[in-house]
Amino acid sequence: MTTADVLMIALGAVAVAAAGAVVSSRHIVRAGLWLVVTLGSVAGLYLVLAAELVAWVQVLIYVGAVVVLLLFAVMLTRAPIGASPDLDRSRWPGLLIGGGVGLGLAALLVDAYRWSTVAVGPSAGAERMGAAIFRNWVLPFEVLSILLLSALVGAIVISRPDVGERSTPDKGHPYESRSTYDGEGRD
Amino acid sequence: MHPVIPYVIAAVLFGLGCYGVLVRRNAVLMLMSVELMLNAVNLVLVTADTTARATLPSTGGVFALFVIVLAAAEVGVGLAIVLQLYRLKRSVELDSVSLDGAISTPGAASTDGRTSTQSGAPAAKVTTDRGGAAS
Repeated sequence: MTTADVLMIALGAVAVAAAGAVVSSRHIVRAGLWLVVTLGSVAGLYLVLAAELVAWVQVLIYVGAVVVLLLFAVMLTRAPIGASPDLDRSRWPGLLIGGGVGLGLAALLVDAYRWSTVAVGPSAGAERMGAAIFRNWVLPFEVLSILLLSALVGAIVISRPDVGERSTPDKGHPYESRSTYDGEGRD
Repeated sequence: MHPVIPYVIAAVLFGLGCYGVLVRRNAVLMLMSVELMLNAVNLVLVTADTTARATLPSTGGVFALFVIVLAAAEVGVGLAIVLQLYRLKRSVELDSVSLDGAISTPGAASTDGRTSTQSGAPAAKVTTDRGGAAS
């Protein structure tokens, strides 16, 4: 049991306990804050595994942006501040399926790796990861930029305030009704 | 370093994320559980960097970065959908979204109390919604 093992067990315990709090907490805002703890401890696991760039990108994007976005959504959907009694459906199907999936995967991985030992490789900092991305994975990198652009445009289009008016069937095709707005400056 | 430790942690995180997706009613809480599953996958990818001898170095870390980017894009679009749903129905409870397109009347509060007595079976809630909805 090296120091890396002890660190991984400690960080893993924090991550699993915080993830358990995320999926079982009765307060919506506290679930979001427990998610911060989970993501931070997973970033610590990345650091122990010598993947430094992934660890810092995890903190920057997941903890810094995704969780903030989720908390914004919690606020904008008027989540109650106190405990909510009816946040969960009946738990037994979820326990069976989630427990089965987790146990099955854990059994598979334990059977594959047992108690084998590997050496943690050279630390994958920004220089090594940058070399790997821009030598071998340039095409996925560029396609990801197109995907981010399309996600941005899609999120803006979905969030338009006039989307709800087209839900009744007798208004015809949604773009036909828009042509009557010509020149009136809807925005 | 024993790689079975982060692998088992990833498997347990994935199982917890699955449980959260199936059990949580609030749409934002369900998206949080999806983030748990994506983090489990990222942990497997980064650990595989140390165990699998790949032809291209640091492939697991590169893929983990791509998954982080995909998760960020997915959360952005997903939350736009959730907020539009809230604008239409004043509630983000997923069980009250009927699958046939009819928009049921929203509950009195943001998490309506009429569904708290019924357990499981979202199909039962859909039929009661259709009976009471003014479409």
